[in-house]
Amino acid sequence: MEVSKRIVLRFPRRLIDRPIIYHLVKDYDLEFNILKASITPEQEGLMVLELKGNQDEYDRGIEFLLKTGVQIQSLSQDVTRNDERCTHCGACVTICPSAAFAVDPATRRVIFNDEKCIACGLCIPACPPRAMEVHF
Amino acid sequence: MKTIAEINEKIKKGQAVVVTAEEIIDIVREKGLSRAAREVDVVTTGTFGPMCSSGAFLNFGHTRPRIKIGGGRAYLNDVPVYTGIAAVDVFIGATALPDDDPRNRVYPGEFPYGGGHVIEELVAGRDIRLAVSAYGTDCYPRRKLETWINIRDINEAILFNVRNSYQNYNVAVNLSGKTLYTYMGVLKPNLGNANYCSAGQLSPLLKDPYYKTIGIGTKIFLGGGIGYVAWHGTQHNPNVLRGENGLPRRPAGTLAVIGDLKQMSPEFLRGLSMLGYGTSLAVGIGVPIPILSEEILAYTAVSDAEIFAPVVDYAEAYPQGRPEVLAEVSYAQLKSGSITLQGKQVPTASLSSYPKAVEIARTLKSWIEKGEFTLTEPVAPLPGVESGITIRGLKERPVE
Repeated sequence: MEVSKRIVLRFPRRLIDRPIIYHLVKDYDLEFNILKASITPEQEGLMVLELKGNQDEYDRGIEFLLKTGVQIQSLSQDVTRNDERCTHCGACVTICPSAAFAVDPATRRVIFNDEKCIACGLCIPACPPRAMEVHF
Repeated sequence: MKTIAEINEKIKKGQAVVVTAEEIIDIVREKGLSRAAREVDVVTTGTFGPMCSSGAFLNFGHTRPRIKIGGGRAYLNDVPVYTGIAAVDVFIGATALPDDDPRNRVYPGEFPYGGGHVIEELVAGRDIRLAVSAYGTDCYPRRKLETWINIRDINEAILFNVRNSYQNYNVAVNLSGKTLYTYMGVLKPNLGNANYCSAGQLSPLLKDPYYKTIGIGTKIFLGGGIGYVAWHGTQHNPNVLRGENGLPRRPAGTLAVIGDLKQMSPEFLRGLSMLGYGTSLAVGIGVPIPILSEEILAYTAVSDAEIFAPVVDYAEAYPQGRPEVLAEVSYAQLKSGSITLQGKQVPTASLSSYPKAVEIARTLKSWIEKGEFTLTEPVAPLPGVESGITIRGLKERPVE
């Protein structure tokens, strides 16, 4: 079975010079798309990745990553909407390049589909009540 | 047919038939105008959107020894307030910014905090830091003051918005090749999006297009509490192009509204940060329309498909003050998710919250049904088409 997931990887300092993603391709035949990559001042690496492949190989690839010491988190835990602040105006809908926001035609409420989010951050300053949050 | 006094009698007995401006559309379709006009007493409207001409008058109470803030400088959470009135009265406006905000020097400015946010925090019951420097007089000797204040403890907090609840509004687009940061949101280049800002079929003045029931003194839902129409709003412009149904096809009438901020709620007064533009305040307003005649009812029953808004280019026409309108589109088209402009499908987004507008219309409906909210007779009408009022631009004259 084919799976495709968006994940956030945190590389500790000792791993930043090792070709870890290369092994995902070579040893587990996984397809990847880097959505965001950065190294923080404390020299911890952060990468947002879309990872695609066969379920078994995907699971083994994740196991490999965990063994090396990489921390993994689902992307949807990192981009969140503060429902207290959101007024459901809809200003975000046309800003998002990956169509993660949609208006429910019946209620006109804005639905945030975090599975589609690529963590680009464009919605964050464009939201007038500043309801969108990124926690990397 | 009916009078406001008769409707109020029914409200007090818990017998009034109250429906929202959304519900009335289908009721009139099913029952017809004359039967619906006999059965329905009140139609409630609602709107919730950015309204920059909003602010609040505050009276802090006197200090000992006394201080004259008037003519001095004062800040609430570092946001400057207007002090040019009496000793301990100030006015905080929605668009005021802290002195150290970089504005658009770092473009586009983020404007994370301003007057609108101070008003929201005040209403939420949070402590706000007041800092004053005054010049000192014989009767008001004190010159410095720094203290926490809370809306519970100050004498008055009065929301007074000089232009709210626009009757129709522009749909903003961008014909240029670069992103624009406007009060109508982020506009993507080359017709990348179209942003509108009206509750359409729920919007108060679109449901009473000739101001037959809404006037000075009309009691309204304001920011979660009770307020009143104080005057016609600034830039009130009844003489715009109207459709055959009487509805303005351009931004037209406006309301000045007033109410006790202490009763209001941050659910319906929300500080906003418009990227590259500044801060504002989203205000929730609901106006009840008494169904005094079939004509008044007919106006309340128009739907989004019958209300048209002008599409305006915010790259050239708007900033240069040119009147060009690229197209007219209905709110039904806008709500479908895209409109077609110059042969291109343009995705649409709203800045006004329709779900909040629905909530406001329903809340007002329940207040009236429970007999907690009765209707007022306007003490004077708003200037209508017959007033001849049109808005003017500023005529500049050289200063020698």
